[in-house]
Amino acid sequence: MLDQPALLPRLARAALIPLLLAVAGCGDVLDPAGDIALQQRNLIYASVGLMLLIIVPVMILVVVFAWRYRAGNKDATYDPHFDHSTSLELVIWSAPLLIIIALGALTWSSTHLLDPFRPLNRISAVKAKTNERPLLVQVVSLDWKWLFIYPELGIATVNELALPVDREVRFDMTSSNMMNTFYAPTLAGMVYTMPGMRSTLHAVLNKAGDYEGMSANYSGAGFSYMRFKLRGLDNAGFANWVGQVKARGMSLDTANYLKLEKPSEKVPAMHFASVQPELFQRVYERCVTPGTPCMSEIMARDAAAGGGGRDANEAGEGMPAGRGSIPREKPDGALFKDKQEIEPAPHLSKPPTSDVPGATDPASPRNRDMSFLLLPPAPGSAGAARG
Amino acid sequence: MFSESVLKTIFGRLSLESFPIHEPILVATFIGVVVLGLGILGAVTKYKLWGYLWTEWFTSVDHKKIGIMYMILGVIMLLRGFADAIMMRAQQALSFGANEGYLNAHHFDQVFTAHGTIMIFFVAIPLVVGIVNYVMPLQIGARDVAFPFLNNFSFWLTVAGAMLVMVSLFVGEFSRGGWLNYVPVTNLQNSPDTGPDYYLWALQIAGVGTTLSGINMVVTIIKMRAPGMTMMKMPVFVWTALCSNVLVIAIFPILTAAFAMLMLDRYAGFNFFTNDLGGNPMMYWNLVWIWGHPEVYVLILPAFGIYSEITSTFTGKRLFGYSSMVYATVVITILSFLVWLHHFFTMGSGASVNSFFGIATMVISIPTGAKIFNWLFTMYRGQIRFELPMQWVVAFLLTFVVGGMTGVMLAIPPADFVLHNSLFLVAHFHNVIIGGVVFALFAAIDYWFPKAFGFKLDPFWGRIHFWGWVIGYWVAWTPMYVAGLMGVTRRLRHLDDATLQPLYIIAGIGVAIIAIGIGAFLIQLIVSVINRDKLRVGNDPWGGRTLEWATSSPPPNYNFAFTPVVHELDAWHDMKERGAKTPNGGYLPIHMPRNTGAGVILSGLAMVLGFAMVWYIWWLAAVAFVGIIAVSIGHTFNYNRDYHIPAEEVAETERAAAVAGA
Repeated sequence: MLDQPALLPRLARAALIPLLLAVAGCGDVLDPAGDIALQQRNLIYASVGLMLLIIVPVMILVVVFAWRYRAGNKDATYDPHFDHSTSLELVIWSAPLLIIIALGALTWSSTHLLDPFRPLNRISAVKAKTNERPLLVQVVSLDWKWLFIYPELGIATVNELALPVDREVRFDMTSSNMMNTFYAPTLAGMVYTMPGMRSTLHAVLNKAGDYEGMSANYSGAGFSYMRFKLRGLDNAGFANWVGQVKARGMSLDTANYLKLEKPSEKVPAMHFASVQPELFQRVYERCVTPGTPCMSEIMARDAAAGGGGRDANEAGEGMPAGRGSIPREKPDGALFKDKQEIEPAPHLSKPPTSDVPGATDPASPRNRDMSFLLLPPAPGSAGAARG
Repeated sequence: MFSESVLKTIFGRLSLESFPIHEPILVATFIGVVVLGLGILGAVTKYKLWGYLWTEWFTSVDHKKIGIMYMILGVIMLLRGFADAIMMRAQQALSFGANEGYLNAHHFDQVFTAHGTIMIFFVAIPLVVGIVNYVMPLQIGARDVAFPFLNNFSFWLTVAGAMLVMVSLFVGEFSRGGWLNYVPVTNLQNSPDTGPDYYLWALQIAGVGTTLSGINMVVTIIKMRAPGMTMMKMPVFVWTALCSNVLVIAIFPILTAAFAMLMLDRYAGFNFFTNDLGGNPMMYWNLVWIWGHPEVYVLILPAFGIYSEITSTFTGKRLFGYSSMVYATVVITILSFLVWLHHFFTMGSGASVNSFFGIATMVISIPTGAKIFNWLFTMYRGQIRFELPMQWVVAFLLTFVVGGMTGVMLAIPPADFVLHNSLFLVAHFHNVIIGGVVFALFAAIDYWFPKAFGFKLDPFWGRIHFWGWVIGYWVAWTPMYVAGLMGVTRRLRHLDDATLQPLYIIAGIGVAIIAIGIGAFLIQLIVSVINRDKLRVGNDPWGGRTLEWATSSPPPNYNFAFTPVVHELDAWHDMKERGAKTPNGGYLPIHMPRNTGAGVILSGLAMVLGFAMVWYIWWLAAVAFVGIIAVSIGHTFNYNRDYHIPAEEVAETERAAAVAGA
């Protein structure tokens, strides 16, 4: 319903011509390849059109009044007592109100229709929805690269996302450490990936081709290079691509994932022919490292034995003792550090000739502050192919 | 081993390596600051100004002097924040393809964090607080603010925060978490360095100052208005100052609590915002934006007040729709609490929650739109004198409506999904903050400068200043709007797509034009001081309408020899129309607050406390903390805190002012 070329969007399009000229050819947001992004773009046009109805007259009036009532113009009326007019007040409050009522209605309906959690109700403006199940892609933002897991196909990739054209895709997303946003401007709007949380996005790509995707939320030193290739392939091409990944990729098991998870920058595309089952679930529940309890286990244990359980005598009863229960390595707060533990804080942008370990110890937190970090010997790189 | 342990006890984690001696940009800046600083200190010593500065300014509890000091702080920090902007623009204009630019990620990330932090907390807030401090008590016909010492203390706390940020440039480093110090980037695991600690301590200290100042201003407006000035006879600027400071009191505790929780995470191993152990980074985002969105209105409401005063003065008319202006201000104040979630629609709150916050955001544009119309119809049938302040108003009207429009676009959640975190968003908030707040502050400086110093600012350099900012703004930010629509996101240190480079180069040119504007502003100040005798004007150079123009320029310490009685809105205009005469006899002694150094000392100790905590120098932190408590208690035993100006002295001052103002 939002893609109908109604009058308002047309008006807006006319107003946007100068901008469009500037953007011509490479405007990702204004030249979408997916139905969701297309509807979002049309919404931008419609809202701009509605608002220009009031903005343009105001701007013209500012210029006209400023010119006409300049002190030098003796022909203009001067009425120092014109400071109230009930009818005019009604107009100046109701004009913006009417625009906002229209925009509010548009907002309410479009927010619900384009909710990222909502399955699509059509493939494109000309193509109805089929019975085909949506393709599930699990997205994990690592520091600073993207991991895409295709659980139904048993494959995974890094920094390369291939999608079959005209097939609904459901992205489930989480993050290993930093908050990022998964954003492919031509496909659909962005959604945050968050550690310990799962977010969802439904989208579809309607045009074959190569596009760009990225993290749009600043997440640390390697953020600028946290980009991925989005490839729109037809069905045959997609099957072919899956075959290629299966043929020459390595396996993404727990050990390899833990290596991959460590911070690295400018990572080329990687292919994995097989993936540890439930990997996404364990990333999301923050228990990939063997021996760490998953969030759901902790919650089940709390519910069963303490922290408000029916038979608990005091809150927290039954929980494992304090620091012993920490599922991950976590530094002590500064106040609880012994003197020996307080490390001098050197200026972090010191050149890597000092004791910053770089590639020799990719896990060292100091590497986060180096710009030109050498790539760690990443798993799968031997069998990796550039996308 | 022994000596290392002793060193750690004395210096915490501070070591010789903490100084950025390998960073040529910082070393050069440091040398520049030292040379300039020594020059200023030398000059102050040579001309024996220390005593004068200490007794007349630093320890002053006079709201006018504190206001001026706030303005000086804001302008100095503007230069620092703008230097960061130039560095960012240069890096982004260069860094394409194989070229990595000249800043590494570590440095660039600190630059954009410092730019945002400084521009909001140490430029916009001090300038707005400074104007309110100077003008508001005069407009309500008061002698001073309600709590004069608190005012001085608030100012110096803000200075202490600003100093900590500046110290981080040369000792250690600043945060890399963006201007709101976002977790998870700034939690202890991801940033074990000193950056986030500098940020937290600087803003906690400055935040206490801002909160206290907010309380002070609200009490002043509620309790100290001249007789006859009912709420609906207050100048619009006073109304906006009231709403702005009510917001300050309501929101700054939230920010303080959020920062305190992050401090507990970092210092005491708590898990409020950690990724594991039940911590939730999103909670931090919610809390800082519950502060952050009303904060926008803390800045813009007084700006609206400034535009109202100037429009009505320079059109020679009463403001059109005074009461609707007041109601619009109050409505915006209330609604500003209902919109924070629009800063993260993309977090996945669900359609109904997003719609609610989206529509609430749009609703704010209704009172804002009404305000625009009110200024428009104030111009209608006026006699508009296009002096500098009025030029800023017209530039504001034309610039701000575009920012309002892009703001409403961003308020539609599905549209925000493609525009969020993009340069379109960045262009939007620079559009409203530069076009709304910054233009207002410069207009206010041009407008009230003759009140504060008795002479006008030079109009020629003022025009260059004006055009530099207006043209520079549009050249710098139009390409960023375009880039945002092309899907380019913010805070990128490096870009691969070389076709985008022209946009960034145009933006760089825009910043250079703004730099001309800022340069012209500084020249304008210097030229005006040199030519002050030529530029000298009477007490009421613009044909003002509100009470601040009823007293002499500059006003005496006590503001008004007799407290004015208000009968009408635009009280001074009303007095002039009725031909009211200033009495020239029968003066009485005036009761005044006495200066005190306690604010300077307490803030200095607070800064030492912050520095010690940043570097884990526990003994020094303990000493500073005990010092703060001791000085605070000691200050309560200072009974010598007021005096009377004798009636003869008042008579003499008034006689001299009448001669000068004639």
